[in-house]
Amino acid sequence: MTFFRDTWSIFARSMRQSLRQPMWVAIGLMQPILYLTLFGPLLQRIAATSGFEGDAWQVFVPGLLVQLGIFGGLFVGFGIIAEWRSGVIERQLVTPASRNSIITGRALRDVVVIVVQATVLVGCAFLMGLRIPLGALLIGLVLVALLGAAFSFISNAIGIATKSEDVLAPMVNTLALPILLLSGILLPMSIAPEWLQIVSNFNPFKHIVEALRAVFLGDFGNPIVWIGLGIAILLVVLGSWIGARTVAAQTR
Amino acid sequence: MDTMIEAKGLKRTYKARGKSVEAVRGIDLTVTKGEIVGFLGPNGAGKTTTLKMLCTLLEPTGGSATVAGSDLRADPVGVRRKIGYVSQAGSTSPESKAGEEIMSHAELYGIDRATAKQRGLKLLADLDLNDVWDRNCGSLSGGQKRRLDIVMGLIHEPKLVFLDEPSTGLDPQSRANLWNHIRSLRDQLGTTVFLTTHYMDEADSLSDRILIIDNGTIVAEGTPAALKKRVSGDAITLTLRHEEDARKAAEIAATLEGADKPATEAHVVRLHVPDGGRALPVLLAELTRAGIDAIGVDVNRPTLDDVFLTLTGRSLRD
Repeated sequence: MTFFRDTWSIFARSMRQSLRQPMWVAIGLMQPILYLTLFGPLLQRIAATSGFEGDAWQVFVPGLLVQLGIFGGLFVGFGIIAEWRSGVIERQLVTPASRNSIITGRALRDVVVIVVQATVLVGCAFLMGLRIPLGALLIGLVLVALLGAAFSFISNAIGIATKSEDVLAPMVNTLALPILLLSGILLPMSIAPEWLQIVSNFNPFKHIVEALRAVFLGDFGNPIVWIGLGIAILLVVLGSWIGARTVAAQTR
Repeated sequence: MDTMIEAKGLKRTYKARGKSVEAVRGIDLTVTKGEIVGFLGPNGAGKTTTLKMLCTLLEPTGGSATVAGSDLRADPVGVRRKIGYVSQAGSTSPESKAGEEIMSHAELYGIDRATAKQRGLKLLADLDLNDVWDRNCGSLSGGQKRRLDIVMGLIHEPKLVFLDEPSTGLDPQSRANLWNHIRSLRDQLGTTVFLTTHYMDEADSLSDRILIIDNGTIVAEGTPAALKKRVSGDAITLTLRHEEDARKAAEIAATLEGADKPATEAHVVRLHVPDGGRALPVLLAELTRAGIDAIGVDVNRPTLDDVFLTLTGRSLRD
């Protein structure tokens, strides 16, 4: 199938570019590491409060992983705008390559980068005292990968549709803030007042965070795990559909 | 007869703020195998839009076209397989190595690595880019980068190549060098070349045939020589000491072989002659004999502006 061959080719090219500039991977890691070292110790004090289940790391690290998946994906659109400006996107569009592969290959690269960052993050958390079952780590990485893919598709789609950093930047920020605040990434929503809990129920990312928290506590049978995974898969399907449509619309 | 491009009534309408804007208003054109065709027009005339439609980068809103034997609407992938496109925006990332970009581009055409490398190196050598394989694209000069873009566009050995404003932003020496390379595409590889430009000299120097586009329609078509004849040659501008001299000078100038009716404005006289270089000594000698002293004289080759003025009755700057 030409789609898989082309996607692999686009992925390999993007991956080569990322490997050439490992600084960006490191910079992307800075934020979660700072949260881990500068915010994590604070949490350990609060962990004794009611509403908290498990130790601070089991509550906090799932939030950071979800955050990494969302934010790691959301900002990749800036890269595709630069690629559009240097003529690379148009050059690829004029080949017989599958339209879909042009965005999917890039999303795969983003997923690989994000999963590497997530692994480093969990490694650091382990050094600071996080203890989780291996299955939890695997499910965590799968969730981060799915979120990264969904947001990479969406960010690349916005980038390629608007072709302007000045439009992308405020859009990303507008998307990111409510997602961050209403998902209980930093603190579990269970300690929030009731009205805020109700509002946050409409934020799909809250359920993903809760799914990962359940897994980190070893509660694999909890139905929220399946709900969280289901939402993440749905987001990837939606993202890739938007991405494919946006690339196809480039020639319309 | 081998037809490379046949377009009928090609149209493109944009929707902008609820209003529809006709960027291309129905273009008919034919390009035969082995031709170099120049698509000439001012910025915003619809050149790039037409080019993008022929390259499958933009769907036409009306009309039809067959490009390199495939129907533009029914089989865009077939068109993509057979054409090369060199955009004015470039084709490579500044951080990537030239060789990697060539190989990666070839992969999208399903070319195996050995063939891609062999062809890439050969094309680079042909375009005087011998040592760039391992260099970052961002470190190349403007002229080298443009030639690398052409190498990328030729990696799948297309029979038809589209070049969008190939020499924009290049210094005169790189331009002349690039023109030689474009000519050799046709002469050595038999490639058909379709290029857009807003430079008269570029269209003139490269093309077997020129299509002039304005306001979304083709307003003239012909060989460079034939088009220039319609512009009635070189412009001569004479500046004299006063209006009395100008009036007399205009009478003398009108007698030059092939001259049009001189236009006098205060103490400046303007006219066109088929060959300014040959007419000028004659004109100056005649003026001296009549005791008229010209204080300034200019000869200008026809510019796109003159072509435009003649064909559309208005200046490019209007």
